[in-house]
Amino acid sequence: MTNTLHRYGSPESLRDDYVVFAMSTRANAEGCVPRLRAFLEIAQKHGPVNLGTGKQGGFHRPSPHLTPLVHWRRDGGLTAAEVIAGVDAPTVVCAVFEELDRVRAFLAELRERDLGLSVNVSGLTDEARRAAAAAGLVRHSVEFSLGFCLGQTDRMPDRRTLELATMCGHGMISFGLVDKLVLLVKEGRRTPAEASRCLARFCSCGVFNLARAERLLEAARAGR
Amino acid sequence: MRIDPRKCVACGNCVAVCPMGAIAIDPVSHRAVVDADECVECYSCYRGMSREHLPPAVVRAIRGIARLARFRFDPEPDVCPTGAFTETELSWPRTLRRAFSDPVVPHESTGLAGRGTEEVKTNDVTGRVRRGEAGFTVEFGRPGIGARFRDIDRVTRALAAAGARFEQANPVTSLMSDPAAGRIREDILGEKVLSAIVELKTPMASVPEILRALRAVAGGVETVICLGVSARCDAGGDTELAEVLRAEGFAFWRGKTNLGLGRPLWGDAA
Ligand code: SF4
Ligand code: SF4
Repeated sequence: MTNTLHRYGSPESLRDDYVVFAMSTRANAEGCVPRLRAFLEIAQKHGPVNLGTGKQGGFHRPSPHLTPLVHWRRDGGLTAAEVIAGVDAPTVVCAVFEELDRVRAFLAELRERDLGLSVNVSGLTDEARRAAAAAGLVRHSVEFSLGFCLGQTDRMPDRRTLELATMCGHGMISFGLVDKLVLLVKEGRRTPAEASRCLARFCSCGVFNLARAERLLEAARAGR
Repeated sequence: MRIDPRKCVACGNCVAVCPMGAIAIDPVSHRAVVDADECVECYSCYRGMSREHLPPAVVRAIRGIARLARFRFDPEPDVCPTGAFTETELSWPRTLRRAFSDPVVPHESTGLAGRGTEEVKTNDVTGRVRRGEAGFTVEFGRPGIGARFRDIDRVTRALAAAGARFEQANPVTSLMSDPAAGRIREDILGEKVLSAIVELKTPMASVPEILRALRAVAGGVETVICLGVSARCDAGGDTELAEVLRAEGFAFWRGKTNLGLGRPLWGDAA
């Protein structure tokens, strides 16, 4: 299962963050695996920044079998074909995009292919609605995120930490790891791209937006 | 979760990784230890950290020399060099912690999969939230704080008093001894989880009352709560929900948009 409802950030901060995901439900689960794979295959043509499946993760995953060489040469991640081959049972599949134009084109192709899966766009709701309209689709239902708005909100960390940590909606990315990586980037000991990949490895369903993370980490490095 | 003291070399990498801040290096034993009461069995350390399998004695010797010489080694931040994390057999009620905290395991302890239901994500096929209704997801503990069932119970009782009907196919509802009163079973109130999602449905007209009940009770809980509210749209893609929420003083701009591509479409879609 993915969990993308409450990603922290202002509309400006979220401008390059759209997760398109597909799933079956009890009524249409039978024989859904080829359709889930087809969703990812179509997505892959439109240049996602991450591609993932419910339990196995996205392009970047942890490894239980590293050697000391890892400190100089870290795995470049899975290919789209490898991610797609991992779909072998009903699950949620997702593709993350940084550009709305790509989302529009992807949705138009999904409409044409008529896979019969439930498809949702998680992101700025007005933009998602416009992208759907451009693809000839009318939104069926909507869930608004009111955010982390009640209770002890004073226990929350700063904006940048929240923006990065909440891109794993299951809370697998700790505030401590985000703070550590921001510091490593500021000290010049990791690039924003390396730090982004490190965070992505903790997201177990592949909804982490590597491009947005890189942009946010670069902004942190520059003190913005 | 347990860390094997024979393997741990006290590199400290896992300390930052734990979303609950439950790991620290013990100053006496010089090993990383997990605070069992704060650990929610989320497995972020066990599964999320990559593992080398270096000999602990060699790593300790190298680290000792480096420390004497004031060298700063620059390890990968997400690697446990000796693979020291060890799974522990969980028993009730601790099994609940993992069920609510580790996203890749099904809810064996409650018999339900996932932290919540499919909510509005498959609404085009299930018709779970229909026109004139609103669906709520009330999530506790995320991000980075965690929640005890004691706090969740406080809120569910307030919601029940405000007329909420809890979603039956939801793990938290399955742990209620009295769903009509929103009362959660007593023997689990002290258990801590990374996140728990309470789901309920109301007529659209009751949305303000539910929001006010949540606001009134939330001041007394020791965690954070995030809210999602959903609705079925009309033929033009509109819903009155946005106005209702704005009138209650909420600002919002992101969420999930169901595109109605699921088949077979729920009956009222025609
Ligand atoms: S990462 Fe592994 S070796 Fe390092 S402190 Fe944690 S358990 Fe010990
Ligand atoms: S299982 Fe989760 S809460 Fe427990 S020590 Fe590991 S990361 Fe921390």
